[in-house]
Amino acid sequence: MASNVAGLDDTFPKLLARNAHLYGARPAMRHKDLGIWQTWTWSQVHDVVRAYAAGLHRLGVKRGETIAIVGGNRPKLYWSVMAAQMLGAIPVPVYADAVADELAYVLAHAEVRFAAVEDQEQVDKIQSVMQRVPRLELMFYDEKRGLRDYDHGRLRSMDDVIDDGRKALADPAVVDWLDKEIAAGKGSDPSIILYTSGTTGASKGVLLTNERSIRAAADTVAFDKLTENDVALAYLPLAWVGDHYLNYAQGLVSGFCTACPESPDTAMADLREIGPTFYFAPPRTLELLLTRVMIRMEDAGYVKGKLFHYFIGVARRYGERILNGQPVPLVGRLLYGIGNILVYGPLKNVLGFSRVRVAYTAGEAVGPDLFSFYRSIGLNLKQLYGQTEAFLYVTAQPDGEIYSDTVGPACPNVDIRISENGEVQFKSPGMFSGYFKDDAKTAEVMTPDGYVKTGDAGFFDEKTGHLKIIDRTKDVGRLNDGTMFPPKYIENKLKFYPNIREAVALGDKRDFVTVMLNIDLTAVGSWAERNNVVYGSYQELAGHPLVYDMLQKHVAEVNRSLAEDKVMAGAQIKRFLILHKELDADDGELTRTQKVRRSFIAERYAPLIRALYDGSKEADISTEVTFEDGRKGTISARVKIRDMKREPAPVMGKAA
Amino acid sequence: MRATGGREAAVGDVLLSAENVSLSFGGVKAVSDVSFDIRKGEIRAIIGPNGAGKTSMLNVINGFYHPQQGRITFKGETRANMRPHEAAYGGIARTFQNVALFRGMTALDNIMAGRTLKMHSSFFWQLLRYGPAMREEVEHRHRVEEIIDFLKIQEIRRVPVGRLPYGLQKRVELGRALAMEPELLLLDEPMAGMNLEEKEDMSRFVLDVNDHYGTTIALIEHDMGVVMDLSDRVVVLDHGIKIADGTPDEVKHNQMVIDAYLGVAH
Repeated sequence: MASNVAGLDDTFPKLLARNAHLYGARPAMRHKDLGIWQTWTWSQVHDVVRAYAAGLHRLGVKRGETIAIVGGNRPKLYWSVMAAQMLGAIPVPVYADAVADELAYVLAHAEVRFAAVEDQEQVDKIQSVMQRVPRLELMFYDEKRGLRDYDHGRLRSMDDVIDDGRKALADPAVVDWLDKEIAAGKGSDPSIILYTSGTTGASKGVLLTNERSIRAAADTVAFDKLTENDVALAYLPLAWVGDHYLNYAQGLVSGFCTACPESPDTAMADLREIGPTFYFAPPRTLELLLTRVMIRMEDAGYVKGKLFHYFIGVARRYGERILNGQPVPLVGRLLYGIGNILVYGPLKNVLGFSRVRVAYTAGEAVGPDLFSFYRSIGLNLKQLYGQTEAFLYVTAQPDGEIYSDTVGPACPNVDIRISENGEVQFKSPGMFSGYFKDDAKTAEVMTPDGYVKTGDAGFFDEKTGHLKIIDRTKDVGRLNDGTMFPPKYIENKLKFYPNIREAVALGDKRDFVTVMLNIDLTAVGSWAERNNVVYGSYQELAGHPLVYDMLQKHVAEVNRSLAEDKVMAGAQIKRFLILHKELDADDGELTRTQKVRRSFIAERYAPLIRALYDGSKEADISTEVTFEDGRKGTISARVKIRDMKREPAPVMGKAA
Repeated sequence: MRATGGREAAVGDVLLSAENVSLSFGGVKAVSDVSFDIRKGEIRAIIGPNGAGKTSMLNVINGFYHPQQGRITFKGETRANMRPHEAAYGGIARTFQNVALFRGMTALDNIMAGRTLKMHSSFFWQLLRYGPAMREEVEHRHRVEEIIDFLKIQEIRRVPVGRLPYGLQKRVELGRALAMEPELLLLDEPMAGMNLEEKEDMSRFVLDVNDHYGTTIALIEHDMGVVMDLSDRVVVLDHGIKIADGTPDEVKHNQMVIDAYLGVAH
């Protein structure tokens, strides 16, 4: 609480010393090794890191230099970060699964002379690109397996480095020197360079400083009331800003314990064993977990199955209101209480959520059903919005103000504004100081008055005062009347319905919004089976009037939710059609990562798009398709188009 | 695969030798008059077309079959009729062509089963699961956990092996064989039915076992690419007769081997 963040030191090494002093006997780090959880207390970590730093110094690591950190979530790699910072060197974490080419780019760009790596795999990878990183002199490895026969001219075991440093520290002069090194660290010194994933061109090195990182982390530690009694599981990539912020920075600031999973594949089981109190998961992981639970419930016995579904129903009705502290009838409370004993409690236990006090999700839009499922069983799941340049947090939802479609109000001490073209811009304590060796790019994203451009379009929700992120700014178009048209925002709303697999929204420089939909064959197929709807092919099912009726209801609901926001009310869907074939990467309609390729689709389905805007009730189309064996054929169809009515803005907002 | 050099010839004395071994089932001659040796620390492959007598030969080595003629000398001791459990005590472990695990037991328990031979505490203590038995169990569990770590199967530790995909079952079986800390490890088609990635993983494990534990390995394999990459020396059988013996390169260019694999006009 306040005591954990008051009068904080200005660098991470100083924080480590403070933690060793304040929470010396408390666990700082855990790691499951050979099936047993090993624990290091803050004072042990402090000792190891000091020895490590002394050892690194003897190998020539100096202030201001960069050290690459390549590997998964392992204590020694976190200690490498700490030890580097202790010497005033700048750690540069790299994704463990980065291909050799990416790795070479980052290592060369960051001009690293040293690299702390996890194991043989990473050593091999770096050795394969040695020519491209001429400055690299020495690698330290954690896991020695398979490396015995390697030429150790440019290789050292981390254990040896630490042992060497420990011996050196027996000399009081070295102890003195190290204390001076730590004291010489300034808050304005760079603390880390995080390379962005590079979805938009070459990856950029985001330079963060000690002081700013600590100030940002202190704000959120206070916001979520994290203390030395909390526990987090570090299972997301070490090189990702989320891990560095949530686990490393917050851990050092609040003194909580960071647990490292046994291996990347055991994270789920480890989660259950550790029972973290602070948890972060991207929507994709949450979805995966839910699917797994649902599949296992399908196989459960009759009584268990009935019990589960009944009480999940109860949770849907009352759970979120109870969590939000809203009034709930006594019967509801009683039923929920029973459900908690019979279903929610055990379920949370299986998922490893029993002790979670604060959970966050972020990264992409989260489906309202998915979101409310976790909240209804009593998991305090919240959303945040951020980016590497902000050192993660820009906004976060405070307890009790949770909505599935917002990302919350600005975090403490963060200043957000919406520019004229709808772009979100912010100024925050944790803001980066620039891209490493790239002033041109830095200038591009900074406004003259010191705000950072996020590249995301968004607006503040009137009812809640929360920020809503709708799309990337460059993808947002305008209707002819000037209304904002964010295609992905509308498509995501549609895709949250299980029946809709893919959606393509059109509207830029047009009079109104239309969409082309793909049904989900599994979901709609099973619906058809239950409702005795006969169909012979995908095309027939997609064109079935009852299917159209069903999807029309979904589209109407999306329109209603769009009508709730004044900004989006004009972007309601006016007409829609269901495509006669599935959009497919083989036909070039989707990218290999399943993203819609708009321009290609606009060209390919030109007759349909023309019909959507000229008022016709149906249109003929024939498209070439590629079969799985590579043969080509054509599919022709007559596709029907439905009109939608405009939904009025609701008088009262829906709660949560 | 290695940073420096190739496989260095860290190959020592003869560990096991087969001399003039013949084995027949009724009128069918499975193996006739085959002699070869396996040296300490090497990876030795036995290859040959279907029905060449490879598995029979392996079964002779670990005492499952008793040859009608010939002798097997293991660690300097010649035994005409060695039984499988004697072979196991003597330090020979094996995996099977068709996975032979306890399907209802977890991966961990299966590998623990491989430690049975090394357990010495009395039946009484084991019943109580206390005292010496407990200490022993902890010690063995530690060894097993090292193997689990070595084979990277932590995530399936508690999964019944019947639920695991084939490639992982093979890995568990290798783990069980390793738990015996064998001097000689016999692998009967370790890559059969695997996809390319699984084969690569398995090859790496075989090399690592050889390197890390110093275990001598004899393997039967169909995949020629794998055999040529992994092994130090190769024996080729055809219709129960040894037709070639030597380094992968020598064997590859042997006319009889080429004929046996590609067929030849008679």
